[in-house]
Amino acid sequence: MSASTAKIIQPGEALALDRNGARVSPIGSRAFLLEATGDFDLASQRRIWALSRAAELWSETLEIVPGMTNLLVVLKETPEDPETLALRLLDAWEQAESIDLAGRTIEIEVTYGGEHATDLAALCDRSGLPDHEVVRIHYEGTYRVFALGSAPGFGYLHGLDPRIYMPRKTVPSLNMARGCVTIGGMQTGIAVLTGPNGWNSIGFAELQMFDPMSATPAVMAPGDTVRFVPASIEL
Amino acid sequence: MIEIIQTGPFNTVQDLGRSGFRNIGVTTSGAMDPLALKVGNSLLGNENGAAVIEIQTYPFKLRFSKATSFVVTGADCGASLDGRAVQPWCALAVDAGEVLELGQPRVGTRAYICIAGGIDVASVMGSRSTSLRGAFGGNQGRFLITGDVLQLGEVAVSLKLPETGLAVLDPAYALSGVYPAHQDGALVVRAIPAGEHSLFGADAERFWSQTWKISTQSDRTGYRLMGEPVKPTTPVEMRSHGVVSGVVQVPPSGEPIIQMADANTAGGYPKIAGVIEADLWRLGQARIGSRLRFVRVTHAEAAEVERSVASFIDDVGRTSRMICGALQAMT
Repeated sequence: MSASTAKIIQPGEALALDRNGARVSPIGSRAFLLEATGDFDLASQRRIWALSRAAELWSETLEIVPGMTNLLVVLKETPEDPETLALRLLDAWEQAESIDLAGRTIEIEVTYGGEHATDLAALCDRSGLPDHEVVRIHYEGTYRVFALGSAPGFGYLHGLDPRIYMPRKTVPSLNMARGCVTIGGMQTGIAVLTGPNGWNSIGFAELQMFDPMSATPAVMAPGDTVRFVPASIEL
Repeated sequence: MIEIIQTGPFNTVQDLGRSGFRNIGVTTSGAMDPLALKVGNSLLGNENGAAVIEIQTYPFKLRFSKATSFVVTGADCGASLDGRAVQPWCALAVDAGEVLELGQPRVGTRAYICIAGGIDVASVMGSRSTSLRGAFGGNQGRFLITGDVLQLGEVAVSLKLPETGLAVLDPAYALSGVYPAHQDGALVVRAIPAGEHSLFGADAERFWSQTWKISTQSDRTGYRLMGEPVKPTTPVEMRSHGVVSGVVQVPPSGEPIIQMADANTAGGYPKIAGVIEADLWRLGQARIGSRLRFVRVTHAEAAEVERSVASFIDDVGRTSRMICGALQAMT
């Protein structure tokens, strides 16, 4: 598909290019975000992984940050012409063959319920499910690490059962503990730092997810499979 | 080496930041005013990204244990060396045992103490910056406390500074043709509309037209702005994506947050704009309670500003080498 067929939307002079299931928009002067506009699924994420590998090799790339069915490319310098860059990203997206990352399988022991499960009751209210059911649905799931981000070593996990989706809180918890097992929208993950957190906590895991002195500081990597093992259930 | 004699909280060792690890969730950190760091290092003949001390709470006092040279850049803190006034942006030779003292800033908010050879803390994941959130890097992953002793990097060829020091014009003046003047007392920050800009409908225009106040809930992580809320026309639940400092996100309250050096590496709030890279240092010097206004620019304009600033820093380095080289030749 040629560049001229890209649909260029400029509401209020904002650059946003939309084409073939992807959209590119800028963040500041040096960063560009490509978002897959289709389903939030593994197929989209596999193409994001492929696109990441391609964009990482560009001479102007400083960093690549794969997200949840999206990719942020940070450049070394501000480009004169953002449209050329945006179109290049869209071309690369169209050429990106789906790749699968050969990840590890990580089993994580979780205490469900208990003092750290501060949002379990709210999740029961929202889903209309009893607490033991919410917990069972969560630990029976098989999750895939789509991306790392937000905090050191934090893995965004895909594969949450839609019955226990729960939006991020409008007012974050001010001091959620490291290790809380949380749900944010259609994603799940384990808090890696103690502090403010907008996700909903349903349990606690002891496993340390990050060590800056290690050659591989993060335990999780994109493509890994994660299973939660109920060490105890305190309801 | 140097010894910290007096310090408030949140003063840290910083360099240009820990880039390349956003993809595993590691915040960039780094100086809130990277221009002050680069100019200071250029003046001293250091590498551009040598580590320095970022001061954001005052008073601050340190003792030099050996003769070296230093410069205080960024905020003007009425600094003194053993009681003698020290001009900001002026590199000076210092004798062993002398004490540098910084008071409350008169202009700006963050001061940078740059020393020949740089602060030699261990490099963690490619940077000497302190990650306060992650509790690693810098000096033991924490802010400086009284009694801390910091080593200095080796200086290959010691700099022969003029006796009265080697000064550079404060970039706020030197680059006044490149940076817009304040408007009605408000800092003018240039930004580019971001992905969800159009979802704000008529509120988008109010984002650009109003003057925002920097709230007390502002620090190295981000600035929370106060003003008339702006909201998307319908609620947006975004998929988490990578962000960079300067991104202007709008949480449900409608009052924007500008992510700064210690920001999360990812976010999901709708983003209305992104501050251009070359204007981030001005935000780093903006005070809590002060006002700012966003002005829309294009990438081409942002690139031009970036080039002007880079050439200013190069000029500082060249001039410093030339003057010190000439002095060396005369002795």
